[in-house]
Amino acid sequence: MPIDMTIDFTLGAGVLVLAWLSLSTTNLFKAIVLFISLGLLVTITWARLGAVDVAIAEAAIGAGLTGALLLAAWRRLRTVPGNTRRKAGDNHVS
Amino acid sequence: MFRELNSNAAPPAGLRIVCALAIVGLTLALIAAVVVSGPAAPGLQAAVAAALPHSGVENPVTAVLLNFRSYDTLLEIAVLFVVAVATLPLRRAVAPQRTEAVAVEPVLAALVKLLVPLVVLTGGYLLWVGAYAPGGAFQAGALLAGAGVLLSLAGGFSLAALPARPLLVVGLVVFTAVAAAVGAITGAFLQYPVAAAGVLILVIEAAATVSIAATLLLLYGNLAEPVPSGPLAGTKEPAS
Repeated sequence: MPIDMTIDFTLGAGVLVLAWLSLSTTNLFKAIVLFISLGLLVTITWARLGAVDVAIAEAAIGAGLTGALLLAAWRRLRTVPGNTRRKAGDNHVS
Repeated sequence: MFRELNSNAAPPAGLRIVCALAIVGLTLALIAAVVVSGPAAPGLQAAVAAALPHSGVENPVTAVLLNFRSYDTLLEIAVLFVVAVATLPLRRAVAPQRTEAVAVEPVLAALVKLLVPLVVLTGGYLLWVGAYAPGGAFQAGALLAGAGVLLSLAGGFSLAALPARPLLVVGLVVFTAVAAAVGAITGAFLQYPVAAAGVLILVIEAAATVSIAATLLLLYGNLAEPVPSGPLAGTKEPAS
């Protein structure tokens, strides 16, 4: 198999696996980190597809700022009075 | 808020099988549709390439976004503005008083000192290079917002100290003003004179960059720096 196709198949499989993991994990913090990783892989995928504009936007907004927003929301969920009995990083939602 | 679902009991087996079959069937149908439909239609690439010399820029993506379909982009900027306005009630009215010394890790502080100037420079480069290569206002604005988030994390400044309203509105105001002004000259709303198109697009993009960065930064800041009073503050009970 040529090296290009190997990279593309690895990318595609990685995107699917990370998407599944970020949806299926019951730990909110893990899910956020997996989502950010997914955004970075999708960025490389867009670049491989030749859509460099979309790749830059995905890296900055999809992976970077959305990740920061999600982490801020996660920190705020932990400090809501009704949620304080839970430990950090242990918010089971499913 | 954020009520948990009591889902310890798994859904019935029949429902799960139906769902699995539906998902597998839809996935196969999608793959089959892609395989059967063959190569994609050429689209409007030839038309865009033919009109590119009159657009004032050399990058076809920027030409479409800010010249051929600039009406769409104007409305997008307006939508972003509405989103930012919708989150303004969450914003702190005054900057918090730093009564206690904020413990900033030295590694983070040193990293921010190195990174933020570089990110700002890269944002400016992306804004400029959008006329010739991939880049543009959205990418530059997002980068600038990222630099702002870094600064706020390192305790450099409070996002509440930003003059939010002028920053939020400048993109929409400049875009609409340019659109109306060129309309008065050429007779059609958003129809740039060919000779000045490049400069006008750069002016619009520069103003839009500021507003996009401010919008994204405020979306983050309104979450990260919650209003002190109210049901969401939770300052009385420290997190365990």
